[in-house]
Amino acid sequence: MGMQMAIRVFLPLLLLLASAEHSFSLYEDQVGLMDWHQQYMGKVKHAVFHTQKTGRKRVVVSTEENVIASLDLRHGEIFWRHVLGTNDSVDGIDIALGKYVITLSSEGSVLRAWNLPDGKMVWESFLQGSKPSKSLLSVLINLKVDKDNVILVFSKGCLHALSSIDGEVLWEKDFSAESIEVQQIIQPSGSDRIYAVGFVGSSQFNAYEIDAKNGELLKHKSAAFPDGFYGEVLLVSSDMLVSLDATRSSLVTINFQNEEINFGKTYISDLVEESSSNAVILPSKLSGIFAIKVDTFSVFIRVTTEGKLEVVDKINNAAAVSDALSFSEGQQAFAIVEHVDGKILLTVKLNHDWNGDLLKESIVMDHQRGLVHMVFINTYIRTDRSHGFRALIVMEDHSLLLLQQGAIVWSREESLASIVDVTTSELPVEKKGVSVAKVEQNLFEWLNGHILKLKGTLMLASLEDIATIQGMRLKSFEKSKMTRDHNGFRKLLIVLTRAGKLYALHTGDGRVVWSLLLSSLRKSGSCENPTGLGVYQWQVPHHHALDENPSILVVGRCGPNWDAPGVLSFVDAYIGKELDSLDLTHSVTQVIPLPFTDSVEQHLHLIIDADHHAHLYPRTSEAIGIFQNEFSNVYWYSVDADNGIIKGHDLKINCIGVADEYCFDSRDLWSIVFPSESEKIIETVTRKLNEVVHTQAKVIDGQDVMYKYISKNLLFVATVAPKASGEFRMVTPEESWLVVYLIDTVTGRILHRMTHHGSQGPVRAVFSENWVVYHYFNLRAHRYEMSVIEIYDQSRADNKDVLKLVFGKHNLTSPISLYSRPEVITKSQSYFFTHSVKTITVTSTAKGITSKQLLIGTVGDQVLALDKRYLDPRRSVNPTQAEKEEGVIPLTDSLPIIPQSYVTHALKVEGLRGIVTVPAKLESTTLAFAYGVDLFFTRMAPSRTYDSLTEDFSYALLLITIVALIAAIFVTWVLSERKELQEKWR
Amino acid sequence: MRSKPIILVLLVHLCLSFLYSSLATSPGSSDGFTINGRVKIPSMDVKGFGLPGKLSNVKVILNGGQRVTFLRADGFFSFHDVPAGTHLIEVDALGYFFSPVRVDVSARYPGKVQAALTENRRSLIELVLEPLREEQYYEIREPFSVMSLVKSPMGLMMGFMLVVVFLMPKLMENMDPEEMKRAQEEMRSQGVPSLANLLPGGAGRSS
Repeated sequence: MGMQMAIRVFLPLLLLLASAEHSFSLYEDQVGLMDWHQQYMGKVKHAVFHTQKTGRKRVVVSTEENVIASLDLRHGEIFWRHVLGTNDSVDGIDIALGKYVITLSSEGSVLRAWNLPDGKMVWESFLQGSKPSKSLLSVLINLKVDKDNVILVFSKGCLHALSSIDGEVLWEKDFSAESIEVQQIIQPSGSDRIYAVGFVGSSQFNAYEIDAKNGELLKHKSAAFPDGFYGEVLLVSSDMLVSLDATRSSLVTINFQNEEINFGKTYISDLVEESSSNAVILPSKLSGIFAIKVDTFSVFIRVTTEGKLEVVDKINNAAAVSDALSFSEGQQAFAIVEHVDGKILLTVKLNHDWNGDLLKESIVMDHQRGLVHMVFINTYIRTDRSHGFRALIVMEDHSLLLLQQGAIVWSREESLASIVDVTTSELPVEKKGVSVAKVEQNLFEWLNGHILKLKGTLMLASLEDIATIQGMRLKSFEKSKMTRDHNGFRKLLIVLTRAGKLYALHTGDGRVVWSLLLSSLRKSGSCENPTGLGVYQWQVPHHHALDENPSILVVGRCGPNWDAPGVLSFVDAYIGKELDSLDLTHSVTQVIPLPFTDSVEQHLHLIIDADHHAHLYPRTSEAIGIFQNEFSNVYWYSVDADNGIIKGHDLKINCIGVADEYCFDSRDLWSIVFPSESEKIIETVTRKLNEVVHTQAKVIDGQDVMYKYISKNLLFVATVAPKASGEFRMVTPEESWLVVYLIDTVTGRILHRMTHHGSQGPVRAVFSENWVVYHYFNLRAHRYEMSVIEIYDQSRADNKDVLKLVFGKHNLTSPISLYSRPEVITKSQSYFFTHSVKTITVTSTAKGITSKQLLIGTVGDQVLALDKRYLDPRRSVNPTQAEKEEGVIPLTDSLPIIPQSYVTHALKVEGLRGIVTVPAKLESTTLAFAYGVDLFFTRMAPSRTYDSLTEDFSYALLLITIVALIAAIFVTWVLSERKELQEKWR
Repeated sequence: MRSKPIILVLLVHLCLSFLYSSLATSPGSSDGFTINGRVKIPSMDVKGFGLPGKLSNVKVILNGGQRVTFLRADGFFSFHDVPAGTHLIEVDALGYFFSPVRVDVSARYPGKVQAALTENRRSLIELVLEPLREEQYYEIREPFSVMSLVKSPMGLMMGFMLVVVFLMPKLMENMDPEEMKRAQEEMRSQGVPSLANLLPGGAGRSS
């Protein structure tokens, strides 16, 4: 009795203790022990060097991920970086006054200046215009008005001149009324006139001459070219433009600075013999020379002083050309990078002398980087006072490299800023042959380390000691080993990026173990625009076949449309070699990993195409055999958000008319049509396929049992009023609503439906076990809200005998029928939440015993861990004693944001897009990987590490305790012996 | 085009009722308005706070990411071409907790902006955003103390053992032997074999 009483008293106390502490919290000196953080920028679009002045040499770049950053030219590290909004893509960057970085973004409507040394924004100007057009940015270095650089921006059909000191508009010239499509803004050096040139219609060429000082229109010339134009114009010299004619068979030179506009026409076939009509002018900013691409050739054409065109060179390999760079005494140089048998060849040439190579270097390049896409050059003064050149190159795999003196100075794997999908792979098992002793530190070192640590805890350590302790902890050799560990902390994160490159990252320290540019996801003749869709675990060798390597399936598609044919790649997860690749004849709309494996542990996958056929992979007869057995148990659903239809499917027979035994016809089982005038689907979420649920029963109030309704076939759907689905927050609460559904995807039955009046999207949701948590905006309160729905099975509600359940006598397989409505009850509750949310996910552990935490990616790019107990429909303002003992938290109207529970602590995962959680082998622990422009990985224990010692456990203290205890035993033994002897003598 | 940052002053009304009435009247005007505001982080301009780089990474976010802008050196920010209606502005500054701000841009009275913090429903007279509190992301490591050692599992273990070794015999000695015998018999008759009734017996024998 007393014992029970003690437990009664003790348990709540323990719970209280546990709940008082935040389950995720970190000391500052623990940063980097379990987590790592990597900063990226994305594929570089523009780069501007800043190396003229003494001091730190830097390069400012803008990227496809809308990042502007200043990099250290010496090491490639980021000095500062800004991630602009998602629809604020950068159109151009430049440097003004030698101290401001000027960026034009948002289709030319926002011009910002950033302080070059520290990246602080200096000014911001909003440019208005009436019609969409090209966005052009140029800083007129030569033209000084009161020590000010004039910034010329053409955007939205309007030419603006702004002061670079404060962004004030100096003058404006509106072209929107003239129906001209301005192609170029030209400022001949040394003059204060600017020319705006462009086409009206397809054959009329117009040139406007404008005074750069005040925007006055000086002259307007116009001429028609009867053959018409194709594409854009390119400036080749101060007074000449080049364009293609409408048939793309001849080059047109346009001389626009004379009184009259003169056209000159040169047939491409006269210049290049075996040419087709698919010529393209390569965009470049050179003078006197330009390049066209004919078939696979890059042809360099020079403009002679008489205005004639002549071919100077023809390069057969894929090549990239830089813009012209002025260096000493008005000389201009440019760089060409081409691929020559496995190496890349960097050539820097003078503009006016094709044969005078200033530099010719060949550099060995990892072929996993693909082709050169862009090159930017910069000059420096060598020690012998001659000019040296360095080149910044952007590769096909989005990586950024600096080349100097024939070597790669630094490289950045910028592809990792655009992760598409993530999966994990186990590491190889430690081989018996490898001696552990060699790898482990010896005992003395180990003990020494722990004594140092003890010194640290006892505050006896000197500053030097503290530094060694910290260094020791961070460089822990254990965590970055290339073998599987006991706790399952070490894994490979296999990530697919938008560049079509696959990376394996080590969870211990985040280093790239291998990378592979997938040949199936590279641009080729048959596959014009390949995109990666996802990565799946293809082959996971079981315990009896540990010498085999696991493999990964990569699914992609040739082109942006749903009906583009698919591509598959199979990659070895340990060494990163492509084992096989398939060009599919069908498209890919859905990939369904089936829970069946064949004899070599290959997972069966079903790929659904745009015509609703199902294709089975791997294409082996064994797979067909396994699949035939489960044929009638395969169901799936499809969501057509545009038409508001959700359909359920199953398999019928082999495809009709196609001799392919791996192809199956599907049949529509059910469909739910949402009324298009009142509901629009904005979010659908299901449970993770591999989620483990420990128990179905939930004990309530100490006696009552509730059964969780656990089904893999539950779908959460959120719809909003169509009016509220478009522009954010442009509706009144009365005309806005959010409806959420729980749908069984086998039967198509709606198990639960709930309407939140006056609410709207965006909805972010996560589904786990028997609950859904979703985040939306409440227009009435004008705050974000999070709601939880829990669903329970009522059909077994009368089976409340806990003992039976414990001993497994309980009949858990109560009959389930398609025709009877499942008896379920749902419980729901809503809470306010402060922040906008980008993504939500939930922690997952090996056995599903550990309590769950939500991982919320906030708008500030941080990841917040929120205990699921805060989202419990049983929360009430005054919980009963029994509920308190259970750990039910008293109800509050908003969810707490505890700064210590940010798993990203003082870091940000800029541009956060997704969070992935993977269970470790240790039940208490889950691995979390957040990706966006940055990457962040950490290991977290949602209910603390109850099954292992914490990292800061002091072994030395334990040893000392044991030694002290043993000593005490001996002392007392001796004492008692002596006492006994004395007693006997007495 | 850049206008001087003017903080639009809103009429001081008792907040909620008025805000709701203005919310209902948002016509579909396509002409954009400008929201100008200022972010003020107090500790920063007083003593620099030792984090000069931090302010450059402050973002101001309109409507959950629809637009993102940055702070100028003086802390001012602006959103241009914003349609009339109700908007939400969030400030993202690492180390500070800002309440989102509800901003009503009125089409009927152009240029009038009303703002209120959504966290505590306090209405703002000017659009000056200040953090509600600083955020401390790390636990503070407490300095070593004897108490923490005692409170640790090993400390508790030692303490318990000390109690058993030194205090228990003392307690036993003080007990009336007859009473103890009776208690022992009582326990035996209850038949609960537990550590509790073995212990005094053993202790008794050894003393």
